[in-house]
Amino acid sequence: MLEWIRKLGRSGIGQFQKLGRANLFLLNTLVGFPGLLRRPGLVVAQLWSVGVLSLMIILVSGLFVGMVLGLQGYNTLVDFGAEESLGVAVALSIVRELGPVVTALLFAGRAGSALSAEIGLMKATEQLSGMEMMAVDPIHRVIAPRFLAGFISMPLLAAIFSAVGIYGGYFVGVGLLGVDDGAYWSQMQAKVDLYDDVFNGVIKSLVFGWVVTWIAVFEGYDAVPTSEGVSRATTRTVVYSAFAVLGLDFVLTALMFGD
Amino acid sequence: MKSSKTTELMVGMFIAAGTAALFVLAMRVSNLSSFDTGDTYRLTARFENIGGLKVRSAVTVGGVRVGRVSAIDYDIRHFQAVVTMDVENKYMGFPDDTAASIYTAGLLGEQYVSLEPGGSEELLKNGSQIELTQSALVLEKLVSKFLFDKAAEGGEKKGDQQGDKQ
Repeated sequence: MLEWIRKLGRSGIGQFQKLGRANLFLLNTLVGFPGLLRRPGLVVAQLWSVGVLSLMIILVSGLFVGMVLGLQGYNTLVDFGAEESLGVAVALSIVRELGPVVTALLFAGRAGSALSAEIGLMKATEQLSGMEMMAVDPIHRVIAPRFLAGFISMPLLAAIFSAVGIYGGYFVGVGLLGVDDGAYWSQMQAKVDLYDDVFNGVIKSLVFGWVVTWIAVFEGYDAVPTSEGVSRATTRTVVYSAFAVLGLDFVLTALMFGD
Repeated sequence: MKSSKTTELMVGMFIAAGTAALFVLAMRVSNLSSFDTGDTYRLTARFENIGGLKVRSAVTVGGVRVGRVSAIDYDIRHFQAVVTMDVENKYMGFPDDTAASIYTAGLLGEQYVSLEPGGSEELLKNGSQIELTQSALVLEKLVSKFLFDKAAEGGEKKGDQQGDKQ
């Protein structure tokens, strides 16, 4: 019994230590940001691998999510003779929720896991220690550009997802099911608010980008430097990111839209 | 990794596409046009019942949106709801016997304030109060009144029939 309580305490202390390490790590990364102004090339290279290479999955998923919403929304709304409101239904659900959340989940799977694996492997092959030997701070040189690139890419990807999704809904609703073209856009414009809906969606995607990238680079940096450790770190990145995104989404939604 | 020129080009296109998508969301999807921050003047109106009116609900004249509801308060001394409206300055100059009513857009839509100008020479100014108001239509009240009337009617008829039998 006593042993069991001690185990609980040990794991609790371990969790808090990890949280503390993660915060110190974040602080150290932020300190490295001004140095990136002198080396924008590092960030551009990361924007390529984090942002541009994620574009395909975001475009395809956005299109299909929008098309499914158009189809399902139409089938529900047509029963009430309200199929003209399809634009509102698609736009609000994508801009407020699905855009930021689905993008963050895909981003964690596509870019976050790659970041963790890359950094974890750098640690396992002692490249990070090598940098330290050369008096180069690996956090400033390796982590900071990746973190910044993730933080910049995520809102852009979410915006692309949302825009493509709305056109996907348009394609199915107006193109295939015969909703009025003008009604689709005018109802949407009447009901979607720039600040309440679009900006709050962007704020959500900024928060998710911050959290997912933070988890990804920290898990990689904190990985046990073995093959198994790297594989665990990658798994943890995806799992923790999903938890964090879905949990934070509820909190943010309650703060933003819960009058 | 590809050569750094291609990388830079692709990253530039990615950022441009992301910004363009944000722009599309702002211009094409949302109500940017109705988000004017022009100068406004303030009108208040007292209602017995405002139904489902909310802050930021529309204020219209003849179906044209001229402003928004900026505050809703309850006056505990007169037992009335006080609705404060911000109307754009270019729509200055309604007569002071303008009437304010709360209507519903469609059967289940949002509620909004509708102003109907009167014929007075005096004009409403910033901070004026609209005297003629008509409360929101509450559907439940209407239905219960209708049912009550029907029931009363039915009761009378029944009474008549019983009278006939006797």
